[in-house]
Amino acid sequence: MAGSEERDGYARRRAGPRWLGRVPPALCLLVLFLLFLPAFSNTFVQQQIFGWSFVLGLIALSLMFLAGYGGMVSLVQMSVAACAAYMIAIFGQSAVADISLGWPWWLYLPMALTIATVFGTLSGALAVRTEGIYTIMITLAIASAFFYFTRQNYTLFNGFSGFNAVRPPPVFGVDWSAATPFYYLSLALASLAYCAVLYVSRSPFGLALQGVRDNPRRMAALGFNVPAHRIAAYAFASFIAAIAGVLLVWLNGQISPGTAGVGPVIDILVIAVVGGLAHPIGPFIGALIYVLLRTFALDVLAGVGLDPQRFQLLIGLGFLAIVFFSPDGVLELWQRWRTRLRQAEDS
Amino acid sequence: MAAPYSNGSQHSIAQHSIAQHSIAQHSIAQAGSANALELRGVTRAFGALLALDDVSMTVKPGERRAVLGSNGAGKTTLFNAISGDFPPTSGNIRFFGEDITEFPTHERIRRGLRRTYQISQLFNGLSVLDSVYLGCRGVSRGRFSLLRPRRDDALVQAAHELVAAVHLSAIADNRVATLAYGQQRQLEIALALSGAPRLVLFDEPAAGLSPAERIELIEILQALPSHIGFIIIEHDMDVALRVVEKVTMMHNGAIFKEGAPADLDNDPQVQALYLGVGHE
Repeated sequence: MAGSEERDGYARRRAGPRWLGRVPPALCLLVLFLLFLPAFSNTFVQQQIFGWSFVLGLIALSLMFLAGYGGMVSLVQMSVAACAAYMIAIFGQSAVADISLGWPWWLYLPMALTIATVFGTLSGALAVRTEGIYTIMITLAIASAFFYFTRQNYTLFNGFSGFNAVRPPPVFGVDWSAATPFYYLSLALASLAYCAVLYVSRSPFGLALQGVRDNPRRMAALGFNVPAHRIAAYAFASFIAAIAGVLLVWLNGQISPGTAGVGPVIDILVIAVVGGLAHPIGPFIGALIYVLLRTFALDVLAGVGLDPQRFQLLIGLGFLAIVFFSPDGVLELWQRWRTRLRQAEDS
Repeated sequence: MAAPYSNGSQHSIAQHSIAQHSIAQHSIAQAGSANALELRGVTRAFGALLALDDVSMTVKPGERRAVLGSNGAGKTTLFNAISGDFPPTSGNIRFFGEDITEFPTHERIRRGLRRTYQISQLFNGLSVLDSVYLGCRGVSRGRFSLLRPRRDDALVQAAHELVAAVHLSAIADNRVATLAYGQQRQLEIALALSGAPRLVLFDEPAAGLSPAERIELIEILQALPSHIGFIIIEHDMDVALRVVEKVTMMHNGAIFKEGAPADLDNDPQVQALYLGVGHE
């Protein structure tokens, strides 16, 4: 008996940790694909498709965390990312030497993340006592105010022109603006943020946030300070958006008010909804679809003799189709397909 | 989403003391000889409507009391005033000697007050176990913790025991939205008993329950440790009068009569009010 237990234990150790057995094969394939993508793709795909997808996916992930787990649809997440990007340009180096302070990266990076997170948290503090359409309106108002402020302020934000020639610091001697290093950097940060959101969703804070989403009155009647929980959720989400903002400015090499305009703000909402708000993978799927449409719709439209600038029309139609057929985004389609597959296997 | 800390333990309310769930133990001795609840001239107005009219009431620690009255008498408004859902327009509420009149709901709850709702107020997207875990976590430290609880976490164990105590262990990992009505009412009670309750307000807990479920409810209420007092609003006299030692009658937002169940049972005024003026 003891011998058989020993053998079982040995077999288990050989098979690896127990959690490894719970990892779906599809996820393993995805991880392998993403890890080895640079080996069989060009720099355009790495940077312009996947780099952008990770950056936009991160911003949409911060919205998904608030909306999916907290029931708060915030339109300020793009502004938070832009705020972090501006802070990188202001405290770090750019072509606008009159304004940029040229601090070392280990100082301006945490500074930018902190300021953007505080900005997002304060925006949340203004919005948390409202619900539904009123939360959307308040956060949209803050996002618009941020856009107009950056466009009109020349002392700090350099007005309409913004900042250009913003380069990532050569940490460890690596040029992080090059396609492959940037791809791995954005992949690593996107994966970390994804895992963090997934982990936190089952923590006391995450469960409480879902409780607040479902029934704030009952949560108060269990001893939870509902507004404080919502504000804390904004802080967490804003930190993710701030990380995305840093990547955004390093990828673009510039930051201007247009990055935080009403259009991009709505785009983040579209990305999150198209991907699905039920799971943290949704925003990344939505971002990939958005980037693919944005990148290749121009060629498709030109090919059929339409004005290439009307690519937003395609994105809008795609959004309408997905929302019409699957209100919970692409994730719901995936879930439906899996359910059907299981039913077919059972029968 | 499956709970990361599930186990399959089974408990019965008879073997189990709810006191074991009291993680953030409040010291009753600290409160001295103070009343559990003391209402002085509590009034609640909604515009011109006086839903509570100068209500004064005293509840001793561990006391079990029923609040009766016809529909619109102000019973649920009284609960809302006590729990902080609708703070009183005027008057004063003391809980174990502490003035809680201006306190927000969550601060009152953290002091040991708990309540259920007439219409279940649950978390449809969470599992049964997660819901009860939140109930235990709400009155303890670590509400903002970003670390997942371990399987042997005291609060996780307390949640398991409480789920077992209300006979929901078999469906502990099911989403609340999928529960039957009776199960949802049982979960309401589990939430009210989670943490460290010192006084629980039960708002029609038997509403909609089958006769068998009502018997279970009576067992649960009778099995509560003696230090946990409760006030119950209940139209089912079989349930209400079997578990309380005192009755308060309300009418038009005011307290009409107080006394032992036997005294009020034979009171002609109470019978006229509750059963109709023509009742003989």
